[in-house]
Amino acid sequence: MCLAIPGLIESISGEAESRLAKVRFGQIAKEVNLVFVPEADIGDYVLVHVGIAIARIDPAQADKAFTYLDEIGATGKVDEESA
Amino acid sequence: MKYLDEYRNAEAAKQYLAAIAQITTRPWAIMEVCGGQTHSIVKYGIADLLPAAIRLIHGPGCPVCVTPVEMVNKAIAIAQKPGVIFCSFGDMLRVPGSDCDLLSLKGKGADIRIVYSPLDAVNLAADHPERQVVFFAVGFETTAPANALAIHQAATRDIRNFSALVSHVLVPPAIEAIMTSPDTQVQGFLAAGHVCTVMGFTQYIPLAETYRVPIVVTGFEPVDVLQGIYMCVRQLEENRHEVENQYARSATAAGNRHAQQLVSTVFQVSARKWRGIGEIPASGLSLADDYAAFDAERCFDVADVSTAESAECISGLVLQGIQTPLACPAFGTTCTPEHPLGATMVSGEGACAAYYHYRRSTPSPASPNSKEQQTP
Repeated sequence: MCLAIPGLIESISGEAESRLAKVRFGQIAKEVNLVFVPEADIGDYVLVHVGIAIARIDPAQADKAFTYLDEIGATGKVDEESA
Repeated sequence: MKYLDEYRNAEAAKQYLAAIAQITTRPWAIMEVCGGQTHSIVKYGIADLLPAAIRLIHGPGCPVCVTPVEMVNKAIAIAQKPGVIFCSFGDMLRVPGSDCDLLSLKGKGADIRIVYSPLDAVNLAADHPERQVVFFAVGFETTAPANALAIHQAATRDIRNFSALVSHVLVPPAIEAIMTSPDTQVQGFLAAGHVCTVMGFTQYIPLAETYRVPIVVTGFEPVDVLQGIYMCVRQLEENRHEVENQYARSATAAGNRHAQQLVSTVFQVSARKWRGIGEIPASGLSLADDYAAFDAERCFDVADVSTAESAECISGLVLQGIQTPLACPAFGTTCTPEHPLGATMVSGEGACAAYYHYRRSTPSPASPNSKEQQTP
Protein backbone atom coordinates (compact mmCIF):
# COMPACT_ATOMS: atom_id res chain seq x y z
CA MET A 1 0.00 0.00 0.00
CA CYS A 2 2.96 2.30 0.49
CA LEU A 3 3.58 2.12 -3.24
CA ALA A 4 4.72 5.49 -4.59
CA ILE A 5 5.67 6.12 -8.20
CA PRO A 6 8.02 8.79 -9.58
CA GLY A 7 6.56 11.02 -12.25
CA LEU A 8 7.47 14.18 -14.20
CA ILE A 9 5.61 17.45 -13.54
CA GLU A 10 4.42 18.79 -16.89
CA SER A 11 2.23 21.67 -15.73
CA ILE A 12 0.98 23.28 -12.50
CA SER A 13 -2.23 25.09 -11.62
CA GLY A 14 -3.82 26.47 -8.43
CA GLU A 15 -2.27 27.40 -5.10
CA ALA A 16 -1.79 26.06 -1.55
CA GLU A 17 -4.07 23.07 -0.85
CA SER A 18 -5.35 23.21 -4.40
CA ARG A 19 -1.93 23.36 -6.05
CA LEU A 20 -2.29 20.64 -8.66
CA ALA A 21 0.07 19.28 -11.26
CA LYS A 22 -0.27 17.22 -14.39
CA VAL A 23 2.28 14.47 -13.74
CA ARG A 24 3.45 12.03 -16.39
CA PHE A 25 4.14 8.37 -15.58
CA GLY A 26 5.33 6.87 -18.86
CA GLN A 27 2.30 6.78 -21.18
CA ILE A 28 -0.10 7.94 -18.46
CA ALA A 29 -0.65 11.46 -17.09
CA LYS A 30 -2.57 12.09 -13.87
CA GLU A 31 -3.57 15.04 -11.73
CA VAL A 32 -1.48 15.16 -8.55
CA ASN A 33 -1.85 17.36 -5.46
CA LEU A 34 1.37 19.28 -4.65
CA VAL A 35 0.41 20.72 -1.24
CA PHE A 36 3.19 18.81 0.57
CA VAL A 37 5.92 19.70 -1.96
CA PRO A 38 5.69 23.50 -2.41
CA GLU A 39 9.27 23.49 -3.71
CA ALA A 40 8.37 21.26 -6.69
CA ASP A 41 8.26 22.91 -10.10
CA ILE A 42 7.64 22.04 -13.74
CA GLY A 43 10.36 19.65 -14.93
CA ASP A 44 10.89 18.12 -11.48
CA TYR A 45 10.20 14.49 -10.70
CA VAL A 46 7.96 13.90 -7.70
CA LEU A 47 7.16 10.72 -5.80
CA VAL A 48 3.39 10.21 -5.93
CA HIS A 49 1.32 8.19 -3.48
CA VAL A 50 -2.51 7.92 -3.82
CA GLY A 51 -2.70 11.08 -5.91
CA ILE A 52 -0.52 13.20 -3.64
CA ALA A 53 3.16 14.06 -4.07
CA ILE A 54 5.18 13.19 -0.95
CA ALA A 55 8.66 14.22 -2.13
CA ARG A 56 10.60 15.92 -4.87
CA ILE A 57 13.17 13.42 -6.13
CA ASP A 58 16.73 14.65 -5.64
CA PRO A 59 18.55 14.02 -8.93
CA ALA A 60 21.96 14.47 -7.27
CA GLN A 61 21.23 11.55 -4.93
CA ALA A 62 19.60 9.34 -7.55
CA ASP A 63 22.83 8.05 -9.11
CA LYS A 64 24.41 7.13 -5.80
CA ALA A 65 23.13 3.56 -5.92
CA PHE A 66 25.44 3.06 -8.91
CA THR A 67 28.50 4.84 -7.56
CA TYR A 68 28.27 3.78 -3.90
CA LEU A 69 30.54 0.72 -4.12
CA ASP A 70 33.24 2.68 -5.94
CA GLU A 71 32.90 5.56 -3.50
CA ILE A 72 33.31 3.56 -0.34
CA GLY A 73 36.25 1.75 -1.93
CA ALA A 74 37.84 5.00 -3.04
CA THR A 75 37.47 6.78 0.26
CA GLY A 76 39.09 3.89 2.12
CA LYS A 77 36.34 3.79 4.74
CA VAL A 78 36.27 -0.01 4.55
CA ASP A 79 38.89 -2.70 4.43
CA GLU A 80 40.28 -3.60 1.00
CA GLU A 81 38.38 -6.89 0.87
CA SER A 82 35.10 -5.11 1.60
CA ALA A 83 35.30 -2.66 -1.27
CA MET B 1 10.28 5.05 -16.54
CA LYS B 2 12.94 7.31 -15.08
CA TYR B 3 13.86 6.62 -11.44
CA LEU B 4 12.36 3.11 -11.73
CA ASP B 5 13.87 1.22 -14.66
CA GLU B 6 17.51 2.00 -13.85
CA TYR B 7 17.11 0.43 -10.40
CA ARG B 8 16.16 -2.85 -12.09
CA ASN B 9 19.52 -3.03 -13.90
CA ALA B 10 20.92 -6.57 -13.82
CA GLU B 11 24.60 -5.54 -13.91
CA ALA B 12 24.24 -3.24 -10.90
CA ALA B 13 22.34 -5.99 -9.07
CA LYS B 14 25.10 -8.50 -9.81
CA GLN B 15 27.74 -6.09 -8.49
CA TYR B 16 25.88 -5.77 -5.20
CA LEU B 17 25.34 -9.53 -4.98
CA ALA B 18 29.09 -10.07 -5.47
CA ALA B 19 29.90 -7.38 -2.94
CA ILE B 20 27.52 -8.90 -0.38
CA ALA B 21 29.08 -12.36 -0.91
CA GLN B 22 32.53 -10.82 -0.46
CA ILE B 23 31.86 -9.24 2.93
CA THR B 24 29.64 -11.94 4.47
CA THR B 25 31.56 -14.12 6.93
CA ARG B 26 28.73 -15.60 9.02
CA PRO B 27 24.95 -15.99 9.18
CA TRP B 28 22.82 -12.86 9.49
CA ALA B 29 19.05 -12.43 9.69
CA ILE B 30 17.73 -9.16 8.26
CA MET B 31 14.09 -8.04 8.29
CA GLU B 32 12.72 -5.98 5.42
CA VAL B 33 9.99 -3.99 7.14
CA CYS B 34 7.83 -3.01 4.17
CA GLY B 35 5.51 -5.25 2.18
CA GLY B 36 6.60 -3.48 -1.01
CA GLN B 37 10.15 -4.63 -0.32
CA THR B 38 8.90 -8.18 0.37
CA HIS B 39 7.10 -8.14 -2.96
CA SER B 40 10.27 -7.07 -4.77
CA ILE B 41 12.44 -9.63 -2.92
CA VAL B 42 10.13 -12.52 -3.79
CA LYS B 43 9.32 -11.33 -7.33
CA TYR B 44 12.98 -10.94 -8.32
CA GLY B 45 14.16 -14.03 -6.42
CA ILE B 46 16.56 -11.92 -4.35
CA ALA B 47 16.48 -14.29 -1.35
CA ASP B 48 17.75 -17.14 -3.54
CA LEU B 49 20.53 -15.03 -5.09
CA LEU B 50 22.00 -13.99 -1.75
CA PRO B 51 24.67 -16.01 0.06
CA ALA B 52 23.04 -18.86 2.05
CA ALA B 53 24.24 -17.15 5.24
CA ILE B 54 21.94 -14.16 4.67
CA ARG B 55 18.35 -14.82 5.66
CA LEU B 56 15.64 -12.27 4.91
CA ILE B 57 12.72 -12.18 7.34
CA HIS B 58 9.55 -10.62 5.99
CA GLY B 59 8.25 -7.88 8.27
CA PRO B 60 4.81 -6.60 9.22
CA GLY B 61 4.83 -3.58 6.88
CA CYS B 62 1.68 -4.34 4.93
CA PRO B 63 -1.20 -2.22 6.27
CA VAL B 64 -3.77 -4.44 4.59
CA CYS B 65 -2.31 -7.41 6.45
CA VAL B 66 -2.10 -5.86 9.92
CA THR B 67 -5.51 -4.17 9.96
CA PRO B 68 -7.33 -6.08 12.74
CA VAL B 69 -10.30 -8.24 11.81
CA GLU B 70 -12.58 -6.19 14.06
CA MET B 71 -11.83 -3.12 11.92
CA VAL B 72 -12.69 -5.09 8.77
CA ASN B 73 -15.90 -6.20 10.50
CA LYS B 74 -16.67 -2.57 11.38
CA ALA B 75 -16.15 -1.62 7.73
CA ILE B 76 -18.56 -4.38 6.69
CA ALA B 77 -21.12 -3.26 9.30
CA ILE B 78 -20.94 0.37 8.12
CA ALA B 79 -21.05 -0.53 4.42
CA GLN B 80 -24.32 -2.44 5.02
CA LYS B 81 -26.09 0.59 6.48
CA PRO B 82 -28.70 2.26 4.28
CA GLY B 83 -27.60 5.43 2.51
CA VAL B 84 -23.88 4.76 2.93
CA ILE B 85 -21.32 4.94 0.15
CA PHE B 86 -18.29 3.06 1.49
CA CYS B 87 -14.99 3.96 -0.18
CA SER B 88 -11.74 2.06 0.09
CA PHE B 89 -8.44 1.38 -1.63
CA GLY B 90 -8.94 -1.73 -3.75
CA ASP B 91 -6.72 -4.05 -1.77
CA MET B 92 -8.88 -3.86 1.39
CA LEU B 93 -11.94 -5.26 -0.39
CA ARG B 94 -10.92 -8.90 -0.33
CA VAL B 95 -9.60 -8.99 3.23
CA PRO B 96 -11.70 -11.59 5.03
CA GLY B 97 -13.78 -10.38 7.95
CA SER B 98 -15.34 -12.87 10.34
CA ASP B 99 -18.32 -13.61 8.09
CA CYS B 100 -17.60 -12.08 4.68
CA ASP B 101 -15.47 -9.49 2.89
CA LEU B 102 -16.32 -6.11 1.39
CA LEU B 103 -16.15 -7.43 -2.17
CA SER B 104 -18.80 -10.11 -1.59
CA LEU B 105 -20.92 -7.48 0.15
CA LYS B 106 -20.56 -5.27 -2.94
CA GLY B 107 -21.72 -8.26 -5.02
CA LYS B 108 -24.86 -8.37 -2.90
CA GLY B 109 -25.65 -4.75 -3.73
CA ALA B 110 -23.92 -2.63 -1.07
CA ASP B 111 -22.60 0.68 -2.46
CA ILE B 112 -18.88 0.04 -2.04
CA ARG B 113 -16.51 1.94 -4.27
CA ILE B 114 -12.80 1.62 -4.95
CA VAL B 115 -11.08 5.01 -4.96
CA TYR B 116 -7.60 5.89 -6.18
CA SER B 117 -7.17 8.69 -3.66
CA PRO B 118 -8.93 9.63 -0.39
CA LEU B 119 -9.53 13.05 -1.99
CA ASP B 120 -11.83 11.27 -4.48
CA ALA B 121 -13.99 10.14 -1.54
CA VAL B 122 -14.29 13.74 -0.30
CA ASN B 123 -15.38 14.87 -3.77
CA LEU B 124 -17.90 12.03 -3.88
CA ALA B 125 -19.35 13.29 -0.58
CA ALA B 126 -19.57 16.82 -2.00
CA ASP B 127 -21.42 15.46 -5.05
CA HIS B 128 -23.85 13.36 -2.94
CA PRO B 129 -24.91 15.50 0.03
CA GLU B 130 -27.89 13.18 0.63
CA ARG B 131 -25.60 10.17 1.26
CA GLN B 132 -23.07 9.36 3.99
CA VAL B 133 -19.65 8.76 2.40
CA VAL B 134 -17.24 6.76 4.55
CA PHE B 135 -13.58 6.29 3.64
CA PHE B 136 -11.60 3.34 5.03
CA ALA B 137 -8.46 5.25 6.14
CA VAL B 138 -5.96 2.43 6.41
CA GLY B 139 -2.21 2.72 6.11
CA PHE B 140 1.23 3.42 7.50
CA GLU B 141 2.92 6.83 7.73
CA THR B 142 3.20 6.98 3.92
CA THR B 143 -0.58 7.20 3.54
CA ALA B 144 -1.28 9.33 6.63
CA PRO B 145 -0.66 12.71 4.89
CA ALA B 146 -3.12 11.88 2.09
CA ASN B 147 -5.76 10.73 4.55
CA ALA B 148 -5.11 13.76 6.78
CA LEU B 149 -5.49 16.04 3.74
CA ALA B 150 -8.82 14.42 2.82
CA ILE B 151 -10.23 14.87 6.34
CA HIS B 152 -8.83 18.40 6.56
CA GLN B 153 -10.41 19.28 3.19
CA ALA B 154 -13.76 17.88 4.34
CA ALA B 155 -13.51 20.13 7.42
CA THR B 156 -12.50 23.29 5.54
CA ARG B 157 -15.10 22.68 2.79
CA ASP B 158 -17.69 21.90 5.49
CA ILE B 159 -18.56 18.55 3.95
CA ARG B 160 -20.36 16.98 6.91
CA ASN B 161 -21.54 13.81 5.18
CA PHE B 162 -17.93 12.57 4.95
CA SER B 163 -16.29 10.45 7.63
CA ALA B 164 -13.27 8.17 7.94
CA LEU B 165 -12.92 4.73 9.50
CA VAL B 166 -9.35 5.18 10.72
CA SER B 167 -6.97 2.26 11.19
CA HIS B 168 -3.54 3.87 10.90
CA VAL B 169 -0.39 2.21 12.16
CA LEU B 170 3.19 3.38 12.72
CA VAL B 171 6.44 1.57 11.91
CA PRO B 172 8.82 2.44 14.82
CA PRO B 173 6.60 0.88 17.54
CA ALA B 174 6.36 -2.29 15.42
CA ILE B 175 10.16 -2.46 15.19
CA GLU B 176 10.32 -2.02 18.96
CA ALA B 177 7.73 -4.81 19.47
CA ILE B 178 9.73 -7.14 17.22
CA MET B 179 13.00 -6.39 19.04
CA THR B 180 11.47 -6.91 22.50
CA SER B 181 9.84 -10.22 21.50
CA PRO B 182 11.65 -13.18 23.07
CA ASP B 183 11.28 -15.03 19.75
CA THR B 184 12.99 -12.39 17.66
CA GLN B 185 15.73 -13.53 15.31
CA VAL B 186 16.18 -10.16 13.62
CA GLN B 187 19.70 -8.69 13.65
CA GLY B 188 19.24 -5.82 11.21
CA PHE B 189 16.43 -3.91 9.49
CA LEU B 190 15.72 -2.50 6.08
CA ALA B 191 13.43 0.39 7.05
CA ALA B 192 10.62 1.42 4.71
CA GLY B 193 11.78 4.09 2.24
CA HIS B 194 8.42 5.74 1.68
CA VAL B 195 7.48 5.82 5.37
CA CYS B 196 10.80 7.60 5.97
CA THR B 197 10.23 9.92 2.99
CA VAL B 198 7.28 11.28 4.97
CA MET B 199 8.52 10.97 8.57
CA GLY B 200 12.31 11.19 8.18
CA PHE B 201 14.46 8.75 10.07
CA THR B 202 15.61 10.43 13.29
CA GLN B 203 12.97 8.34 15.14
CA TYR B 204 15.01 5.24 14.28
CA ILE B 205 18.26 6.41 15.86
CA PRO B 206 17.25 5.54 19.47
CA LEU B 207 15.96 2.15 18.25
CA ALA B 208 19.27 1.34 16.57
CA GLU B 209 21.13 2.36 19.73
CA THR B 210 18.85 0.66 22.27
CA TYR B 211 18.61 -2.67 20.46
CA ARG B 212 22.05 -2.49 18.85
CA VAL B 213 20.62 -3.18 15.38
CA PRO B 214 21.64 -1.54 12.13
CA ILE B 215 18.70 0.12 10.37
CA VAL B 216 19.07 1.04 6.69
CA VAL B 217 16.36 3.19 5.10
CA THR B 218 15.84 1.32 1.83
CA GLY B 219 13.93 1.69 -1.44
CA PHE B 220 11.88 -0.87 -3.31
CA GLU B 221 13.52 -1.77 -6.61
CA PRO B 222 15.98 -4.69 -6.78
CA VAL B 223 19.12 -2.53 -6.84
CA ASP B 224 17.76 -0.49 -3.91
CA VAL B 225 17.03 -3.60 -1.88
CA LEU B 226 20.43 -5.14 -2.66
CA GLN B 227 22.26 -1.93 -1.74
CA GLY B 228 20.25 -1.81 1.50
CA ILE B 229 21.19 -5.40 2.29
CA TYR B 230 24.84 -4.65 1.49
CA MET B 231 24.86 -1.61 3.82
CA CYS B 232 23.17 -3.62 6.56
CA VAL B 233 25.53 -6.63 6.25
CA ARG B 234 28.51 -4.28 6.23
CA GLN B 235 27.37 -2.77 9.52
CA LEU B 236 26.74 -6.21 11.03
CA GLU B 237 30.15 -7.45 9.95
CA GLU B 238 31.79 -4.33 11.38
CA ASN B 239 29.75 -4.56 14.60
CA ARG B 240 28.11 -1.18 13.98
CA HIS B 241 24.47 -0.32 14.64
CA GLU B 242 23.66 2.95 12.96
CA VAL B 243 20.84 4.40 10.90
CA GLU B 244 21.94 4.74 7.27
CA ASN B 245 20.01 5.97 4.25
CA GLN B 246 20.07 4.03 0.99
CA TYR B 247 16.99 5.86 -0.35
CA ALA B 248 18.44 9.38 -0.29
CA ARG B 249 16.85 10.37 -3.61
CA SER B 250 13.54 10.64 -1.72
CA ALA B 251 14.08 10.16 2.02
CA THR B 252 15.85 12.72 4.21
CA ALA B 253 16.61 12.77 7.94
CA ALA B 254 13.88 15.32 8.60
CA GLY B 255 11.32 13.93 6.15
CA ASN B 256 8.50 16.01 4.71
CA ARG B 257 7.67 18.63 7.36
CA HIS B 258 4.61 19.93 5.49
CA ALA B 259 3.11 16.45 5.53
CA GLN B 260 4.10 15.86 9.16
CA GLN B 261 2.44 19.13 10.23
CA LEU B 262 -0.92 18.22 8.75
CA VAL B 263 -0.73 14.64 10.06
CA SER B 264 -0.11 15.92 13.60
CA THR B 265 -2.98 18.41 13.26
CA VAL B 266 -5.59 15.90 12.07
CA PHE B 267 -4.42 12.81 13.96
CA GLN B 268 -3.15 11.92 17.41
CA VAL B 269 -0.96 8.98 18.40
CA SER B 270 -2.91 6.15 20.02
CA ALA B 271 -2.72 2.45 20.88
CA ARG B 272 -3.60 0.17 17.96
CA LYS B 273 -4.31 -3.52 17.53
CA TRP B 274 -2.26 -5.27 14.85
CA ARG B 275 -3.75 -8.32 13.20
CA GLY B 276 -1.77 -11.37 14.27
CA ILE B 277 0.34 -9.40 16.77
CA GLY B 278 -2.07 -7.79 19.23
CA GLU B 279 -2.26 -4.33 20.74
CA ILE B 280 0.90 -2.21 20.70
CA PRO B 281 0.88 1.01 22.78
CA ALA B 282 1.25 4.29 20.86
CA SER B 283 1.52 2.35 17.60
CA GLY B 284 -1.09 4.10 15.51
CA LEU B 285 -3.05 7.21 14.71
CA SER B 286 -6.61 8.18 15.61
CA LEU B 287 -8.46 11.37 14.77
CA ALA B 288 -7.57 14.37 16.93
CA ASP B 289 -10.38 15.77 19.07
CA ASP B 290 -10.92 18.71 16.70
CA TYR B 291 -11.75 16.27 13.92
CA ALA B 292 -13.88 13.85 15.98
CA ALA B 293 -16.96 14.77 13.92
CA PHE B 294 -15.33 12.95 10.98
CA ASP B 295 -14.79 9.70 12.93
CA ALA B 296 -16.93 6.97 11.34
CA GLU B 297 -16.72 4.88 14.52
CA ARG B 298 -18.55 7.70 16.34
CA CYS B 299 -20.96 8.44 13.48
CA PHE B 300 -22.08 4.80 13.20
CA ASP B 301 -22.81 2.41 16.03
CA VAL B 302 -20.25 -0.32 15.41
CA ALA B 303 -19.04 -1.02 18.94
CA ASP B 304 -20.22 -4.63 19.24
CA VAL B 305 -18.69 -6.27 16.17
CA SER B 306 -17.15 -9.70 16.35
CA THR B 307 -13.42 -10.38 16.26
CA ALA B 308 -13.33 -14.09 15.38
CA GLU B 309 -10.54 -15.14 13.00
CA SER B 310 -9.65 -18.33 11.13
CA ALA B 311 -7.98 -20.77 13.52
CA GLU B 312 -6.14 -22.37 10.62
CA CYS B 313 -4.28 -19.20 9.54
CA ILE B 314 -0.72 -18.57 10.83
CA SER B 315 -0.48 -15.03 9.43
CA GLY B 316 0.38 -13.66 12.89
CA LEU B 317 3.55 -15.74 12.92
CA VAL B 318 4.30 -14.83 9.30
CA LEU B 319 3.90 -11.12 10.11
CA GLN B 320 6.41 -11.39 12.92
CA GLY B 321 8.86 -13.31 10.75
CA ILE B 322 8.65 -16.39 12.99
CA GLN B 323 7.26 -18.60 10.20
CA THR B 324 7.40 -18.41 6.41
CA PRO B 325 4.27 -18.86 4.28
CA LEU B 326 5.55 -22.22 3.01
CA ALA B 327 5.38 -23.56 6.58
CA CYS B 328 1.59 -23.13 6.69
CA PRO B 329 -0.46 -26.27 5.96
CA ALA B 330 -3.24 -24.14 4.48
CA PHE B 331 -0.86 -22.34 2.07
CA GLY B 332 -1.91 -22.92 -1.53
CA THR B 333 -4.52 -25.50 -0.49
CA THR B 334 -7.39 -24.11 1.59
CA CYS B 335 -5.83 -20.61 1.46
CA THR B 336 -5.25 -18.97 -1.93
CA PRO B 337 -5.51 -15.36 -3.20
CA GLU B 338 -8.96 -16.29 -4.60
CA HIS B 339 -10.11 -17.67 -1.23
CA PRO B 340 -7.82 -16.18 1.43
CA LEU B 341 -8.02 -17.28 5.07
CA GLY B 342 -5.81 -14.44 6.25
CA ALA B 343 -4.84 -10.96 5.16
CA THR B 344 -1.25 -11.89 4.22
CA MET B 345 -2.75 -13.89 1.31
CA VAL B 346 -4.82 -10.93 0.11
CA SER B 347 -2.58 -7.99 -0.62
CA GLY B 348 0.13 -8.27 -3.26
CA GLU B 349 2.42 -6.97 -0.51
CA GLY B 350 1.48 -9.76 1.87
CA ALA B 351 4.18 -12.39 2.22
CA CYS B 352 1.77 -15.28 1.54
CA ALA B 353 0.39 -13.74 -1.67
CA ALA B 354 3.91 -12.88 -2.89
CA TYR B 355 5.04 -16.48 -2.28
CA TYR B 356 1.88 -17.81 -3.95
CA HIS B 357 2.43 -15.75 -7.09
CA TYR B 358 6.16 -16.14 -7.48
CA ARG B 359 7.47 -19.25 -5.76
CA ARG B 360 4.85 -21.87 -5.02
CA SER B 361 6.75 -24.66 -6.73
CA THR B 362 10.30 -23.95 -5.63
CA PRO B 363 10.94 -25.96 -2.46
CA SER B 364 14.59 -26.19 -3.53
CA PRO B 365 17.56 -26.45 -1.16
CA ALA B 366 17.85 -22.66 -1.44
CA SER B 367 14.30 -21.97 -0.29
CA PRO B 368 13.85 -19.80 2.80
CA ASN B 369 12.45 -22.79 4.66
CA SER B 370 15.56 -24.85 4.32
CA LYS B 371 17.74 -21.82 5.01
CA GLU B 372 15.83 -21.29 8.20
CA GLN B 373 16.77 -24.76 9.37
CA GLN B 374 20.43 -24.23 8.53
CA THR B 375 20.71 -20.89 10.26
CA PRO B 376 21.13 -20.96 14.01
